[in-house]
Amino acid sequence: MDGSAAGNEVVVTPEPAGTLALGDAPRMDCRNVNVFYSGKQAIFDVSLPIPDRSVTALIGPSGCGKSTFLRCLNRMNDTIEGCRVEGEIIMDGKDINSPVIDPVLLRSRVGMVFQKPNPFPKTIYENIAYGPRIHGLAQGREDLDEIVEKCLKRAGLWEEVKDRLTVPGTSLSGGQQQRLCIARAIAVRPEVILMDEPCSALDPIATARIEELIDDLRKRYCIVIVTHSMQQAARVSQRAAFFHLGKLVEMGDTDQIFTSPRDRRTEDYITGRFG
Amino acid sequence: MFSQLGHLPMDFLLIVAAVILASLGFIAGRLKAETFAFAGEERTHSRPNSHGYYVLMWALVPAVTILLAYVAFAEPLSKAWLRRELPAGFSVLSRGELASYLDAVARAAHIKGLVTGEHVFDTVTTRYDEILGTVNLATLGLVAVLSGVSLAWARARLGPRFRARVHVESGLEWFLFLCAALAIATTVGIVASLVFESMRFFAVVPATDFLFGTEWNAQTNAAFGALPLFFGTFMISFFAMLVAAPVGLYAAIYLSEYAGAKVRAVVKPILEVLAGIPTVVYGFFALLVIAPAVRAGALWLNTSLVEWGLAHGPVFAAQPTSALAAGLVMGIMVIPFVSSLSDDVISAVPQSLRDGAYAVGATKSEAVRQIVLPAALPGIIAALLLAVSRAIGETMIVVMAAGHRARISPDPTSDLTTITVQIVALLTGESEFDSPKTLSAFALGLVLFLVTLVFNLVALGVVRRFREKYE
Repeated sequence: MDGSAAGNEVVVTPEPAGTLALGDAPRMDCRNVNVFYSGKQAIFDVSLPIPDRSVTALIGPSGCGKSTFLRCLNRMNDTIEGCRVEGEIIMDGKDINSPVIDPVLLRSRVGMVFQKPNPFPKTIYENIAYGPRIHGLAQGREDLDEIVEKCLKRAGLWEEVKDRLTVPGTSLSGGQQQRLCIARAIAVRPEVILMDEPCSALDPIATARIEELIDDLRKRYCIVIVTHSMQQAARVSQRAAFFHLGKLVEMGDTDQIFTSPRDRRTEDYITGRFG
Repeated sequence: MFSQLGHLPMDFLLIVAAVILASLGFIAGRLKAETFAFAGEERTHSRPNSHGYYVLMWALVPAVTILLAYVAFAEPLSKAWLRRELPAGFSVLSRGELASYLDAVARAAHIKGLVTGEHVFDTVTTRYDEILGTVNLATLGLVAVLSGVSLAWARARLGPRFRARVHVESGLEWFLFLCAALAIATTVGIVASLVFESMRFFAVVPATDFLFGTEWNAQTNAAFGALPLFFGTFMISFFAMLVAAPVGLYAAIYLSEYAGAKVRAVVKPILEVLAGIPTVVYGFFALLVIAPAVRAGALWLNTSLVEWGLAHGPVFAAQPTSALAAGLVMGIMVIPFVSSLSDDVISAVPQSLRDGAYAVGATKSEAVRQIVLPAALPGIIAALLLAVSRAIGETMIVVMAAGHRARISPDPTSDLTTITVQIVALLTGESEFDSPKTLSAFALGLVLFLVTLVFNLVALGVVRRFREKYE
């Protein structure tokens, strides 16, 4: 452990010349992001590049700001009264917080899956069709049917629900509901999918299915996942970022973070000494 | 001195007696408990206060029972006693005549020192007063003896192992149960009296004539066809909901989805104050502001339509009181019922659903219209139904602003009358309680009760199903 990491200042480790290349440019590049809730600072100066077609895991103890940071990426924090975001989050060369960006369009490009499955109180079909419909992504009924089928297949739910697309989405089991929510998210053809502890309300078997799904989705999408489970982060992610008290302590390849963390706090956390 | 005591208001005396007995009981119980509570090695089962409350409870039970019995039976008992002492000359009176004579005697006896100058009546009244005094004194004695015995018995049971606390807890449960039962019993009683009187009415007027007849002239006992009243009630409630449903709903959507915390903190209480305004004040407003405005508008339309060549004569009745005026003001009155309840159900839709909608790129209004409102729809329907039943039962506004003429007219500017207005008209002023005229008011009341009951039950059922869905 080197001396500079022992202090309390933010330590952003230099990009390692590791196995996983970032490609030409990160899909989303966060620079010096600060978040305030009614004047109280929750995120301190976080800079984090997010590579495309891979899974980035945000880990850290409860209340460390990882969910808050995740919600910055599709401006979901706009819906919270008294919340203010500073700094730049660059996507395709533009800051998503700039006034020229329409948050509604942004959210159709950066989808989100929540902690608790939240299917709409509509049929399974309508849950998926809702997004494409409001964005005019389908030409007609057949086109829409196709989108629904494709998304359900991609979410690994098609075989289970293909005969009952007209039953309410809320009648599915917890794990099925969460896969429905993932299908709903990919139906609007996002480029990035944010997942806020997507398995915390699920049993181990349902969790395993979601994890498989995430690994599969990685081939097409840029995925950012917040998770409490160290094992899950190790299993599904290629990149990991450790948050503590609103600060980004360390980031790097998942293998490196878990086998040879540079910061003492990261090591303490992943070995279970606190958090 | 005791004869004077017998002439004090008895209800008051009995309540004082109950309070004194309760205090005595508590003190007696507690004092005895203290003698063993801190004395022996053994720990007592209950705290001294529990022992006190236990004795208090048993001192109160006979006193309260006798108080209730007194309220119910003292007067009939005294009258029965008096009747046996009446001179033989009274036997020429029929049962009914005798009953009303005794009623008059009882009323006179309540006004102390009333002398009519009619010798027989005054003598009978004086005797009745004496009898009542005796009954009162006997009641007081009975309270003292029974409560005293009960108190002493309860006190004798106390001891270190006596489970006073358990008894007090179950006594409290009984008391609470009786309070709940009282509310239910009152409802049952009201319904029973409505049904009973309505049956007397339907014995005179066939139910089909009442329900389907189109002519209403109850004041002269001439015609009892209630259809015009149902029509008037329906029409005015319809106008009321035409105002209240959209305005109330949009207000609720604004409050729950768009208004910031500061705006909401100011607007919501103000909107709810609207519900606290006495309806008679709305009545003024309807009578003085809205009704003349409706009339002026109707008159203007009448002349304009002729000018434009669309009509050859006046189209609207343009009465000084009108269904439209009453309906509009009633609509304003029920806005808070719609908005407040709808606001609650809309706010109860989980935030996660809104988040889900935003996360697929829905705009605010899309999320509200397509996700939040459909989820809250059952609750909103319930709110509307409750508002309707409120509008149907509303009385004061229609009494002041709708008029008294029973008729079926589609013209909103003509005057109409409603079920509630007629009930008021039939039961105020001089009325004997066995003419069809007064009895018809009960039949109307029964219809009103049943209709609002159905609306409320449906609304409650809908709300309950909605609650199950979101915990």
